[in-house]
Amino acid sequence: MTFMHIGKDFTPPDVEGKVTGDAKYVEDFAPEGMVTARLLTSPLASGRVVSIDASEALRMDGVLGVLTADDLPPSSAPDDPVLASDDITYIGQPIAAIAAISDSIAESAIDKIRIDYERRGFVTDPLESLVEGGPDAYPNGNVLVQTNSLEDENATIRGGISKIKWPPSEIEKLRNGEEPENVEFADGWEYGDLSASFAESEVIIQESFVTAGTPHHCLEPRSSMAYWQNGKCFFYASTQSQSAVVEPLADLLGIEPENVCMISENTGGGFGSKGRVYPTMAITGRFAQLLNRPVQLRITREEEYYLGVGRPGMQGWVKTGVRADGTVAAVDVIIISDGGPTGRNSASSSAQHISVVYTPTAMRLRNIPVFTNTAPRGAQRGPGQNEMSAAIAPIMDKAARQLGMDRAHFRRVNAPHSESPVYESQGPITSAFMAEAIDIASNMFGWTEREAAPRQRNGSKVRGLGIGLGYHSAGGSGYDGLVRITPDGRIHLHSGVGNLGTYSYAGTARAAAEVLKCRWESCEIVRGSTDQHLPHASTQGGSNTIFTHTRTNWVAAEDAVSKLKQIAAIEFGGDADEYEINNERVFKTTAPNQGFSYAEAAAKAIELGGAFSGQEYPSDIHPITQRAVQGLAGTGLVGVAKDNLPKRGIAPGLMISMAEVEVDLETGKHEVIDYVGIADCGTIIHPQGLAQQINGGAVWGFGMASSERHVYDPQNALPANTGLYQAKLPTIMDVPIEMKSGAVDIADPYNPAGGRGVGEPSQGSAVAAVTSAIADALGHSFNRVPVTPDMIVNFANKKDQESALLAINTF
Amino acid sequence: MNSKLSRRRFIKGVIYSSAAAASGASYYLATAQTNSNAIVERLLSLTVNGRTRLVDVAPSETLAFTLRNKLGLTGLKVACNRGECGACTILLEDVANYSCSILTHTVKRRSITTVEGLKTADGRLSAVQQGFIEELAPQCGFCTPGQVMAATALLRTNPNPTRTEAREALAGNLCRCGAYDHYLNGVMRAAELLS
Repeated sequence: MTFMHIGKDFTPPDVEGKVTGDAKYVEDFAPEGMVTARLLTSPLASGRVVSIDASEALRMDGVLGVLTADDLPPSSAPDDPVLASDDITYIGQPIAAIAAISDSIAESAIDKIRIDYERRGFVTDPLESLVEGGPDAYPNGNVLVQTNSLEDENATIRGGISKIKWPPSEIEKLRNGEEPENVEFADGWEYGDLSASFAESEVIIQESFVTAGTPHHCLEPRSSMAYWQNGKCFFYASTQSQSAVVEPLADLLGIEPENVCMISENTGGGFGSKGRVYPTMAITGRFAQLLNRPVQLRITREEEYYLGVGRPGMQGWVKTGVRADGTVAAVDVIIISDGGPTGRNSASSSAQHISVVYTPTAMRLRNIPVFTNTAPRGAQRGPGQNEMSAAIAPIMDKAARQLGMDRAHFRRVNAPHSESPVYESQGPITSAFMAEAIDIASNMFGWTEREAAPRQRNGSKVRGLGIGLGYHSAGGSGYDGLVRITPDGRIHLHSGVGNLGTYSYAGTARAAAEVLKCRWESCEIVRGSTDQHLPHASTQGGSNTIFTHTRTNWVAAEDAVSKLKQIAAIEFGGDADEYEINNERVFKTTAPNQGFSYAEAAAKAIELGGAFSGQEYPSDIHPITQRAVQGLAGTGLVGVAKDNLPKRGIAPGLMISMAEVEVDLETGKHEVIDYVGIADCGTIIHPQGLAQQINGGAVWGFGMASSERHVYDPQNALPANTGLYQAKLPTIMDVPIEMKSGAVDIADPYNPAGGRGVGEPSQGSAVAAVTSAIADALGHSFNRVPVTPDMIVNFANKKDQESALLAINTF
Repeated sequence: MNSKLSRRRFIKGVIYSSAAAASGASYYLATAQTNSNAIVERLLSLTVNGRTRLVDVAPSETLAFTLRNKLGLTGLKVACNRGECGACTILLEDVANYSCSILTHTVKRRSITTVEGLKTADGRLSAVQQGFIEELAPQCGFCTPGQVMAATALLRTNPNPTRTEAREALAGNLCRCGAYDHYLNGVMRAAELLS
């Protein structure tokens, strides 16, 4: 299909503000009379609050109020409370908040609050809690029993606390790459005949692996600001959606959703950590209500590493069986998740990654989410899939080598296609063209020749080549679209999608312009604040925006086109289907002079009223969209619809990466020399935006491979990495000076514009390509990320590694 | 970053101002009305974006705080407040500096440029701003004002940099979105626009 707008670059409307400094983020808003709040946080990793005495603090000049857990809706463990009381579960956990006329007064007042604590035992490594006699993160247990499924990965995990312990002998087996036996698990799934599939295997490999928990490092911290007017809360926050956070925020504040106005024009990074509300929002909103003044709660960089959510770590074991023809027959995986105090884990999505990109005939997952007294955990870019991608790539390389098979060819043999069954349900996907992606990447990288050539060695530096696959479920359905044509001829494309800088809020709006066959210059995107009347949208996460919201824009614009034709038929006679649109006019197909402009049709829509101008609307749209339409009624021609388009199973976002790394055996440093990333993401919607996601995801992958991790002092559970240069994200010097990207560009049949998202798999394929390349260079796989310099130096010098086998959250 | 801005110089500045500043705490100290015994000039004349403005500045106040909170120049961002990320980068004369790591009292005779001061007199975007837009360099945008200032400093001294030189010039500016390749494209595009 030839498109007017889809597949073409454009200038998203928010870019100019970013380069001029006009773009406003939370801390840039300072309404008259604004006061500030600061947090008192826990010095203990585990315990409870016996008593709090804030009387001295409250007597200080300039102090306006204090909040403790008693002032907020109750929460029960293992939920992440706004303010902790009965269960303190990590150092840096908020316990009380002070509001004052300045930051410095609030800080001084915090020092005047007297708290009696009761200490409890704590744990930072899941395996140390899982072993018989080991400490537990909560007094009543160490394991989450999850009661909800996480189809929406941004949803809060629900469940209770239970206790599971393994004998020391079985923990030792896991640490040493063997299968623990006769032990209890909390959860899992299975498909196919596992033992029969292993029996068919020519090569069977079983190994342990460990992946670190990682902070998000969003450059904009999770600060918030709020004020109340006439019973309505105006809330400024850094979020991944305007509309998806309204209901949870209303819950947090104990008010009706229509009384929340969420303002989030720009978000300085989210990466999963701002997909829903963050607990500290309740403090800002409640203080603002109590004091009847605007209140800002600034979260510092350091606080981000304590109370900001991070990616859960994994300690696991995987047994892989591969047939002589290279097809993967069976995969058996055990995952012990480091769930922090919330139990958040991505075990199922980790295993699903394997089921999609290596398409095994049979598979089993057994897992336990273990609580630790470390940072709360949440979704982070490609939760589960990306860390599993890093761990499994060198293991699959080993299998290919044992079969004497080229590593890229091995991936191609197992690559998912449009009819591949996936997940534990072995259900369908919308489409996949992974073999094509592998071919494009191989050609661009020159894989076959480079893989066949001997590896370069230059003094202490050795080079290696790697290949990695990335996957994430990348598309939803059932949200609403809303467009409006006003009598001045302007076309307003309403979007409740967040603005993380992927520009997909704008790329997807162009689907509506495509259907309306209008000039982009005639359109304006309406977004940033829910009082702009925004439709119910997904959070901008899960790589879903491109697929989900090209669909909502498409159906809303189709509704508008249908109304344009009906209005023209009323005006000029005949049936609506005798009319067509072009050049922002609706006219009779057989007599093009019988018609009028969109502007005139919009004026007529207002005159006609009813559904034409939003006085009536479809019954299946979400209450958020209903309120938006009510707010717009009578102002133009309103196109509004729920996305009821067909969708077959999962919409997969898929990536392949190839990388060359140089590893210095003397310093232990590794450097990515060359990098290619190719996406299988359907039709390219926005070429520049796609390149940004492929390359940006790759930078994340390099960080996961080399340096990013949570680290705790095991004696006190004190976080050691509390700065950008400690849990270090890559700098511009850590990435190749030029990066290559591309895409298959074959349309997905379940998206009218043909697109699927790819923001998350771009990290997974990159980290896997690097771990695969390091293993290739060394002839040894650590089965651990990050691969830090000390590990490489120890390996090169044939010394034992510093940390115990499978240890996590430690140096 | 400016090699002249050493940690020692920052600490020296703090001592001269008779106020202790811990790395993270300096932001809060900035607002404190403390130290009434010290004889320190409070009303400073600052030259920002070509205009001279009188500002009441506490001795321990960082330039980032003064610019954002006293002069309303919120383009620069405070992302780490301890000289790690570069989101607060401004120019002193033509040299890029982290404004979170400079005490305002130490720059009262210097010419300060923030991202708001880059547009030409007739309101056109600067070459760096234009180049960044054409190459869609920013993602979330939070580090972008700092990247713009670092690139501007580079092109003022080296209007025709190699990609390697541009990379080194941006090495003090972190981008969590990983838009590094695109920022480099933006700098090279800006150099073309200037030539």
